[in-house]
Amino acid sequence: MKPPPFTYHAPATLAETLEVLAELGEDAKVLAGGQSLIPLLNMRLAAPAHLVDVNGVSELDVVDVGPDEVRVGAIARHARIERDDGAAAACPLLRQALRLVAHAVIRNRGTTCGSLAHADPAGEMTAVLAVLGGTVRLASAAAGRVTRRDLTAGKFFVAPLESSLRPGELLESAGFPRTPASTGTAFAEVARRHGDYALCGIAALVDLDAGGEIASARVGTISVTPTPLVVDLTDVLAGVPPARADLAAAREKVMAHVDPEADLHASAAYRRHLAGVLTERAVRQAAARSAHAPAERGAA
Amino acid sequence: MTTQLFGQPVERREDPRLLRGEGRYVDDLGRSAAAAAFVRSPHAHARVLDVDVTGALNVDGLLAVYTFEDLPERVAQPLPLLIPHPALTHPRTQYALARDEINHVGEAVVMVVATDRYRAEDAAERVAVTYEPLAPVVGLEQSEAARTLVHADVPGNRGAHMVQQVGDAPAAIAAAPHRLDFRLDIERSASTPLEGRGVYARWDAQDDSLRVYSSTQTPTGVRAAIAAILELADAKVEVIAPDVGGGFGVKIMHPWPEEILVPWAARTLGREVKWTEDRREHFVAANHERAQEQHVSVGFDDEGRILGLDVTFLHDHGAYTPYGIIVPIITSTQLPGPYRLPAYRVEFSSLYTNTVAVTPYRGAGRPQGVFAMERTVDRIAAHLGLDRTEVRARNFVLPDEMPYDLGLIFQDGRPAIYDSGDFPESLRMLKELIDWDGFTAVRAAAAAEGRRLGIGLGCYVEGTGVGPYEGGHVHVETNGRVMVSTGLSTQGQGHETVFAQIVATELGVPMADVHVTTGDTRRFGYAVGTFASRAAVMSGNAIALAARSVRAKAVKVAADALEANPDDMEIVDGVVRVKGSPADAIPLRQVAVLSNPLRYSFSEEAKAATQFAAPADPDEPPIPRGEAPGLESRDYYSPIRSTFANGMHAVIVEVDPDTAEVKVLRYAVVHDCGNLINPRIVEGQIHGGVAQGVAGALYERMAYDEHGQLLNASFMDFLMPYATEVPRIETAHLQTPSPLNPLGIKGAGEAGVIPGAAAIAAAIEDAEGYPIMRMPLSPDDLFRLRREHAEEAAS
Ligand SMILES: Cc1cc2nc3c(=O)[nH]c(=O)nc-3n(C[C@H](O)[C@H](O)[C@H](O)COP(=O)(O)OP(=O)(O)OC[C@H]3O[C@@H](n4cnc5c(N)ncnc54)[C@H](O)[C@@H]3O)c2cc1C
Repeated sequence: MKPPPFTYHAPATLAETLEVLAELGEDAKVLAGGQSLIPLLNMRLAAPAHLVDVNGVSELDVVDVGPDEVRVGAIARHARIERDDGAAAACPLLRQALRLVAHAVIRNRGTTCGSLAHADPAGEMTAVLAVLGGTVRLASAAAGRVTRRDLTAGKFFVAPLESSLRPGELLESAGFPRTPASTGTAFAEVARRHGDYALCGIAALVDLDAGGEIASARVGTISVTPTPLVVDLTDVLAGVPPARADLAAAREKVMAHVDPEADLHASAAYRRHLAGVLTERAVRQAAARSAHAPAERGAA
Repeated sequence: MTTQLFGQPVERREDPRLLRGEGRYVDDLGRSAAAAAFVRSPHAHARVLDVDVTGALNVDGLLAVYTFEDLPERVAQPLPLLIPHPALTHPRTQYALARDEINHVGEAVVMVVATDRYRAEDAAERVAVTYEPLAPVVGLEQSEAARTLVHADVPGNRGAHMVQQVGDAPAAIAAAPHRLDFRLDIERSASTPLEGRGVYARWDAQDDSLRVYSSTQTPTGVRAAIAAILELADAKVEVIAPDVGGGFGVKIMHPWPEEILVPWAARTLGREVKWTEDRREHFVAANHERAQEQHVSVGFDDEGRILGLDVTFLHDHGAYTPYGIIVPIITSTQLPGPYRLPAYRVEFSSLYTNTVAVTPYRGAGRPQGVFAMERTVDRIAAHLGLDRTEVRARNFVLPDEMPYDLGLIFQDGRPAIYDSGDFPESLRMLKELIDWDGFTAVRAAAAAEGRRLGIGLGCYVEGTGVGPYEGGHVHVETNGRVMVSTGLSTQGQGHETVFAQIVATELGVPMADVHVTTGDTRRFGYAVGTFASRAAVMSGNAIALAARSVRAKAVKVAADALEANPDDMEIVDGVVRVKGSPADAIPLRQVAVLSNPLRYSFSEEAKAATQFAAPADPDEPPIPRGEAPGLESRDYYSPIRSTFANGMHAVIVEVDPDTAEVKVLRYAVVHDCGNLINPRIVEGQIHGGVAQGVAGALYERMAYDEHGQLLNASFMDFLMPYATEVPRIETAHLQTPSPLNPLGIKGAGEAGVIPGAAAIAAAIEDAEGYPIMRMPLSPDDLFRLRREHAEEAAS
């Protein structure tokens, strides 16, 4: 389990990074936290001729909580974003989801942008980007000129482990829109062991109107679709307070939309079942977190 | 400072070093050694048609590429069959490098040596092997059907067949008022120590000698094999187990192909060679365990007393049988557990499959046997509507029946005779610890919150401390240091601590003065190894005996010097003194000086032992006949048979009604390993064992597909539980001393893992309300079982 030979590049600035990437094109891979790439190299499942290590590019190490969105740079670690109180206040789903990403030691190295670039449909942050309606910013350089394009999750994720990143492109940052106070969020998942990739996970966003009735609701999925899927549940849930919402219908709708595959750890039927159970749990929890949620009554 | 350390919860003295990363494992040694890597078969069953190494030859730093053709005659023989047995009619062992046939994915075909491991892997990748794939045999069902054979000359894929019986079980079952018949299954798992295997060899051409560091549980076994196969004198081969990052049984297996090939390459190339197994290799090239299919018939009376038990099981031993049939023998003979079986018949077939070989993993066949027995007792209880603990109590062997002869032959070739234990008392303690009788209320309270709980238990008896022997050496140096050594090696058990406790207690010295070395043939050349929960029993007793002779000698030498009566002497805090007259005293280090008559002094203290220093009897030789210089002794402990420890576990689980996840809420252990040398260490052993029990029940399995590919050969997919999955463990000790050895101790190393699957299955069954007949059980399995039972109930 040693990687095949490669040439190592460690640019110090974004400009330099884009230049190196442009020059190397398809032969290069970006090295961020290395938590997915290094195992692939060690198992010789990937053999890029060049590694472009962006860990030294301090301009990319940003978590910027703006008026509209939380923007995280390419080497902002999962752990840093998770602990950022500003980011958690602006966009609570970030912290809720990041706590479920692997273990603390992996979050200390792994980056959220790396996770998105990796495009593993079991990665929590893919669903977070999708359900929040966030975007990724892809940067590249040609003839000294930097070009940037912003893509939504729907446009960015193409297939399992496949994104629309082009050779020479860097995922420079990702933007997660602010969540209004009336909207509650939650992430529910089932993993075999604490910190493992989930067998199924559901990120939920539920908006309540001033009267405490559901105005809109949607969920994003992991591990049950080839790319994160967003299912709008407004039609089945809106117009009633969460306590009277037809969660069974929400459950049925999500189960009908997912397309899980069987693997070593779970059958397709079980994953589909989990998608239903977790939809109920996540929606209920998200609704309870809306600023318009009625004060809790009875057993917690 | 007290020297009565035996029995105290002394802190593990090895931990500060190991926890600070100051351990010294094989891979920490030999930084400049050349590195070996192996080309391993991607096929489960194939013929090797051609090996083309030309592609590898131009890799920078390549030193050698070896195929079977390159091996000298002795090295080209099949590796030894370690434990022959008359019932093992068709043993097969592998070649160090595959000769012409491959029998499992991961079998080594080519060895590459290069200046470092990166280059070695680059070269290995460029070796082209042409295979002719053959139909693989995977799983017990296929193996038994024998439409395809693993080894063409082994009919029916059957390596061994064995029947043991006491009384006439089929007749007893036929005549019994009640009878149950059912099938049970246990899947494969493996030891998976954090440190894989590793070998580092240094050949000294001038001295014609070899030093080998191996991550092994038996350095003396490795030395014997290397010396024999490389045709060297024993005295020219040193084998050392440095710090070993876990073994759990897999490293008692020896010699591994790599343990022969690496030293051979070091000698052939005239340079140091090292091989460090990586995780992927460990999954497919180091041995596995468990995997049995069991068919149980039991007859019993209205009170739930067992009248006859008949068990037939199939044991999947993989592609080869290097360790003989020890695992199924242990299953057969330990299956009865704490119960009196008036008639018992056990039959097994040990079958070949195209998978990694099966050799002992902590528990070694016992978890399977206990699963069969405990599931049986639970079935009886369910059938009669009796409390599960009541049925157990009615079948227990009672304390006044000890020693209790099972009438079976154990893994040491000797009768299985329980020497000690008080099963009713253990059960009473367990029920109290887990509050068995109060569980109905706990369950009801949880149910009121929509939670689903269940309770279960599992009991076992474990033959520990198997022979033939171990030795110990205790040497008091003239600086006061007490050097202790024993031949077996350590994989984290805490031997440095417990052996020091024993010596400190026996000799009357502070523990800080005692230094323990294990697993180094330079220090102790005769040993068997660390397995079968035997190190404390075997080496502990041998070291105690050696310490006792040192003590006797010290007292004698001191008595001579002080002109006192030896019977009046005592040793306290490293000083030999006359009882009641503390002024008449002489430190042990001085006794050590006096015990070795000197011509030449080397220090201030040593002057006292020179010829003109003190008056001596001119008519006696300085060393009386039959005695030896030095304050040291070597002794051995060889038991007539194994000593039997026992324990009982109870577990409370919560099953999620929606997701089918299983959570262990409480785990209680009552443990009887006789006199405790160190309760803290025993508890640590139990904790590690329970973690592996939980692993075997809920997480770990070897997922072979129908082609014999191991689909989960990584820690990403092989689900070893993390600390987050292991419950807090509540422990209570019962001490029924073994009458068989001087210290009255019984083994504790494997105990924790043994009843895990049985107890957890029982608890899930209790929560779910239908029988759990196979382990491990994943949430997906439970989800499926629920559906099946719901459909059954509906139809
Ligand atoms: C034991 C373990 C458990 C894990 N469990 C989970 C889990 O439960 N959930 C989860 O979501 N993840 C999990 N992960 C993965 C972890 O989140 C990784 O950190 C993440 O997938 C990749 O981030 P990274 O920074 O480590 O990327 P790297 O490993 O450095 O790169 C991954 C891939 O993305 C590319 N890449 C990275 N950054 C960029 C960029 N800025 N621009 C273009 N390409 C880029 C790389 O070239 C490479 O192909 C786990 C990892 C491990 C080792």
